[in-house]
Amino acid sequence: MPWDRDQMAARAAEELEDGMYVNLGIGIPTLVANYTGDKDITLQSENGMLGMGAFPLEGDEDPDLINAGKQTITELPKTAYFDSATSFGMIRGGKIAAAILGAMEVAENGDLANWMIPGKLVKGMGGAMDLVAGVGRVIVVMDHTNKHGDSKLLKECTLPLTGKGVVNRIITNLGVLDVVEGGLKIIECAEGVTEDELRAATEATIV
Amino acid sequence: MKKVYGSAAEALDGVLHDGMLIAAGGFGLCGIPELLIDAIVESGVKDLTVASNNAGVDDFGLGKLLATRQVKKMMSSYVGENAEFMRQYLAGELELEFNPQGTLAERMRAGGAGIAGFYTRTGYGTQIGDGKEVKVFDGDHYILERGIFADLAIVKAWKADTSGNAIFRKTARNFNPPAAMCGKICVMEVEEIVEPGELEPDHIHLPGIYVHRLIQGEHEKRIEKRTVRKREDA
Repeated sequence: MPWDRDQMAARAAEELEDGMYVNLGIGIPTLVANYTGDKDITLQSENGMLGMGAFPLEGDEDPDLINAGKQTITELPKTAYFDSATSFGMIRGGKIAAAILGAMEVAENGDLANWMIPGKLVKGMGGAMDLVAGVGRVIVVMDHTNKHGDSKLLKECTLPLTGKGVVNRIITNLGVLDVVEGGLKIIECAEGVTEDELRAATEATIV
Repeated sequence: MKKVYGSAAEALDGVLHDGMLIAAGGFGLCGIPELLIDAIVESGVKDLTVASNNAGVDDFGLGKLLATRQVKKMMSSYVGENAEFMRQYLAGELELEFNPQGTLAERMRAGGAGIAGFYTRTGYGTQIGDGKEVKVFDGDHYILERGIFADLAIVKAWKADTSGNAIFRKTARNFNPPAAMCGKICVMEVEEIVEPGELEPDHIHLPGIYVHRLIQGEHEKRIEKRTVRKREDA
């Protein structure tokens, strides 16, 4: 059985170590926060906050307190606020240990495409290009194949890039792969998924 | 010099002209200069280029300036929340220059700090780097980005004293300080103007040197995406 969204998020949470400052993208990456257990993880929100708390209780919403997805959130005792230039200073400066992001395509050389599909509605890259260029480790969490059943792990990306050679690890519903010299290396398979099945679903070179 | 004005229209008097570049603070609808945007709509000034992370929603924030066709070009990182924006853009009526969010913030900060350009790894090897100078430092590729020198900055803070020393609240700070810094003239709206001495000097987020005109007003502070936990789950 391939992993479901929550199992992928739980697996991604295993990548995080006590004391890390981490930025989580929208979608499945947001769920990672539910699986960090006892680890002291500080979540960064790139609109200007370290130490992001849970959603507020009904009636406690504050229009001055949102995350990068524009959702209302809460602060923690350890929270700090800062402006956008400072926020991306810490991102570009390599102070954020890891970013966990979704993706449309990842190539075997670590190229990442997750911001636009030519001819379709383009909303913008937001902070994704800065994050992948700056953080210590880029972990992609996504389905292994698209809705047509085609591999999203490619020899070369077909979509416009978000970053060149930036991805370190990919966690999909079928398993975990690292970007290494010459291609992707299988780190583990999801429970019940064989290495042959994972290879068959992957266009990228597996070394 | 007196910085406090009676209304947004008064504070903008004499500083608006067609074709100008305006830097605006705010992230989504959080911390946007909503009163100044309304006054710019009223003024009828047109062919504006606006540097702002987002473009508001259809009926609030910068979306109002788009609806009246006063904006010629947006410099933004994410514009997904605005249907009228997309319609004008897809019809070729509106120019759009995508900037990575951190690059946009740094371009404003740099402009305000007298830095004409800087090298960043962000966007190297992507469309954003096309046509920009590439330089290798210590084996890594960087692209040249330019500082933004805006004709006018419009920003929103929580409190300011009458000399313009300002304090922001929570994540409503966002792009407001760098936007304020990069304006030749900066007009700021706040929820409360206080007398000098009432704000702790050590707690000032933006020194008054960056703020030329100041107004106090009532803010709607609309929430874009209300997400909550039910009380019975707590």
